Amino acid sequence: MQLPLGVEVPIPTFEQFVFIQVALLTAVAALAVVMSRNLFHSALALTLTFFGVAGIYVFLEAEFLAVSQVLVYVGAIAMLIAFAIMLTRSMMYGRTSPLNNQWGKSSLFALLFFMGLLAFARATPWPSAGEPVVADEALIAELGREFVTTYVVAFEVLGLLLLLALVGAVMLARDR
Amino acid sequence: MVPLSWYLMLAAFLFSCGLYGALARRNAIAMLMGIELMLNAANINLVAFWRHGVGPMEDLTGQAFAVLIIGLAAAEAAVGLALIIAVYRERRTIDVDELDILSG
Repeated sequence: MQLPLGVEVPIPTFEQFVFIQVALLTAVAALAVVMSRNLFHSALALTLTFFGVAGIYVFLEAEFLAVSQVLVYVGAIAMLIAFAIMLTRSMMYGRTSPLNNQWGKSSLFALLFFMGLLAFARATPWPSAGEPVVADEALIAELGREFVTTYVVAFEVLGLLLLLALVGAVMLARDR
Repeated sequence: MVPLSWYLMLAAFLFSCGLYGALARRNAIAMLMGIELMLNAANINLVAFWRHGVGPMEDLTGQAFAVLIIGLAAAEAAVGLALIIAVYRERRTIDVDELDILSG
């Protein structure tokens, strides 16, 4: 495909075309999370970002992760954030800017960081996709087996951590 | 196929957004949202490298790590939001600029 100014752009395949749509949606939603003045709008945009990331997992043929992403992030974390916003009544619109006084330095740093990562991602000759993933239950069964064999310690520690974190959260937030 | 570098560029953008949100927002909940964005970006990278590595059917390390990070993020969000609610009850504000009783 020939663009003006003589820029040659390869015609995307259908999969790439759909990926671009999902990635753009995710990126715009992520930008809205940090740019929105209304905290509740940020929370809604964050939910959209989580859905977009679940879509990216589908492109990567990690269906189990896509479902976990929707269950945990959209179902639990986004709800928790929405409740915390409503409980603290902290929508500081109008009064002051939602940004603190180091936002200039922060934005410069984030921009430079993004440029660096972008240059790195573009310059490195990455391998093309490995062997095709057979989309059936075998992969999820294998993942489950890995969790009770290779990663059993990490899995148990994570379970303990989750239990302690939730008990601790109740202890911290209860009304004394 | 979608090239690996596209996933990495998207993850870089999400991470930078999250970094900016965590550094520049004055509301503690907005900072937490930035941290969640950064965790998601790291997860995309892990899964993308798993998919493009050698033998994605045999070596599931990338996916396993991503699942562990999702669980970790749930614990982090629960404790973080409970802390924010406790601080709000004590000080009636969650503006991180005003929470400076530890500064000398």
